Amino acid sequence: MLDQLLPILILLLIVIVFGAGMLYLTSLAGPKAKQTPERLMPYECGIPGQDPQTTKFPVKFYLTAISFILFDIEVIFLYPWTLIYIENIKQMGGYLLISMGLFMGILVFGLFYEWAAGGLEWD
Amino acid sequence: MGADKVEIAINTVKIAIIFLMMIQMVPLLVWLERRGSAFIQNRFGPNRVGPLGLMQLLADAVKFITKEQFVPANAVKFLFLAAPVIALVPAALAFAAIPLATPIHIDPFHLLGQSWGPYTIEMQSVRMNVGIIYILGVSSLGAYGLLIAGWASGNKYSLLGAIRASAQMISYELALGLAIVGILMIYGTFDLNKMIEMQQGPFSFQFMGQAYEISWLPNWGIFFQPLGALLFFIATFAESNRLPFDLPESEGELVAGFHTEYGGFKMLMFFMGEYGHMMVGAGLVTTFYLGGFQSPFVWQTYDYMLNLAIAHHGPGTVASALTTGYFLIWFSIKVGLLLWVFIWVRWTLPRFRYDTLMDLGWKTLLPWTLGNVALTAIVLYWARAM
Repeated sequence: MLDQLLPILILLLIVIVFGAGMLYLTSLAGPKAKQTPERLMPYECGIPGQDPQTTKFPVKFYLTAISFILFDIEVIFLYPWTLIYIENIKQMGGYLLISMGLFMGILVFGLFYEWAAGGLEWD
Repeated sequence: MGADKVEIAINTVKIAIIFLMMIQMVPLLVWLERRGSAFIQNRFGPNRVGPLGLMQLLADAVKFITKEQFVPANAVKFLFLAAPVIALVPAALAFAAIPLATPIHIDPFHLLGQSWGPYTIEMQSVRMNVGIIYILGVSSLGAYGLLIAGWASGNKYSLLGAIRASAQMISYELALGLAIVGILMIYGTFDLNKMIEMQQGPFSFQFMGQAYEISWLPNWGIFFQPLGALLFFIATFAESNRLPFDLPESEGELVAGFHTEYGGFKMLMFFMGEYGHMMVGAGLVTTFYLGGFQSPFVWQTYDYMLNLAIAHHGPGTVASALTTGYFLIWFSIKVGLLLWVFIWVRWTLPRFRYDTLMDLGWKTLLPWTLGNVALTAIVLYWARAM
């Protein structure tokens, strides 16, 4: 197990050292201008910038995230099922197909219900 | 990873080299993108600095490095600086699991009065039996980099861009994950190396207990799953935030989206993340649907090339490395063509509107991928079990 994970950890370390190192080195190379309050303001076209803490965004994004979690779990169940299905397709393929079909059918029904109820509309 | 010091050292150097090669591809791709867009729009593109404008890459790098390190007053400083690195990590980790070529077999050799080896050096940083799950899991972390960047910038444009980016990425991740279920069913494995092995030889399949073979077609996944390949390729565009799906940074509406406040090398790291995701997407399409590093129309390539190399250089490390090089060239050709398609599409199609983007993800790609899964499962049951 560790044998498979060790390269990932080494790579992660390399990437983080590369990223942090380059950030530090470029901060040495770049010019150091005097920072005035105007200069440090967030980017905006001439008017005072709007505070992001008060920026409103549609609640639709939360709904999208919740639907995502539902269907992502479906995908997670599908992955191991594919292997089991292919391995046992001769002995119990029909049973596996029907059981997964029922599970997916419920979720697809959910998708179409959400669709019909307007949960996927963006105006 | 390895048992003794030399093997671990070789593997560590190999991991670093593959990562740096991936990073080095980014300026080349930027150059290709600028030249390609100029070609498509009947312009010249960068052609002043060096031959074909290739030195433009170096000039750009110098410019990126000598920019001021700027942190706006509203920003959360640590997260603001960490976000580019977080955006780079998933692309690098995901690319590490893609097999680039056949392994190199190193014969036993003497060093420092000791004999070492033999070793087998895989041409991929991470070899796993659950490669796909690892790649999907790691590359979906990419949303965090964008979200943190947008939130920590303290700018409403960044925040809006980041929220758009995360909603888009999670929506298309469903299509991405479901599109490959069909091909997983056909291969019956999660191991990318095994998938490539299974795509060897001419196009052949079993149907109702009879074996069929078409000798002039390679045994690639795209011929089993043309719809899945198309859906997967579309979803990779959205996952790497490329046009026509580059809503997170749509410059007409959001200045530059989540990286409005970023400049210099921090900006470049977001670019590396984006182009890295492109390369991962192209590499995955190659691995799943285009036979990986296998060359088309020449069956039994590995033995043939190895024997050819042995005939010229004798058996040993050199012959093995030459064979690896041959497959690496094929992998590069396939990935390069797919990357060109990425660039081509970017300069051909206009950007989606946000509602049409979400409609495409939820109302078109998701039902189609689900249908593809159901169809594949039923056809496989019909073909193999009946």
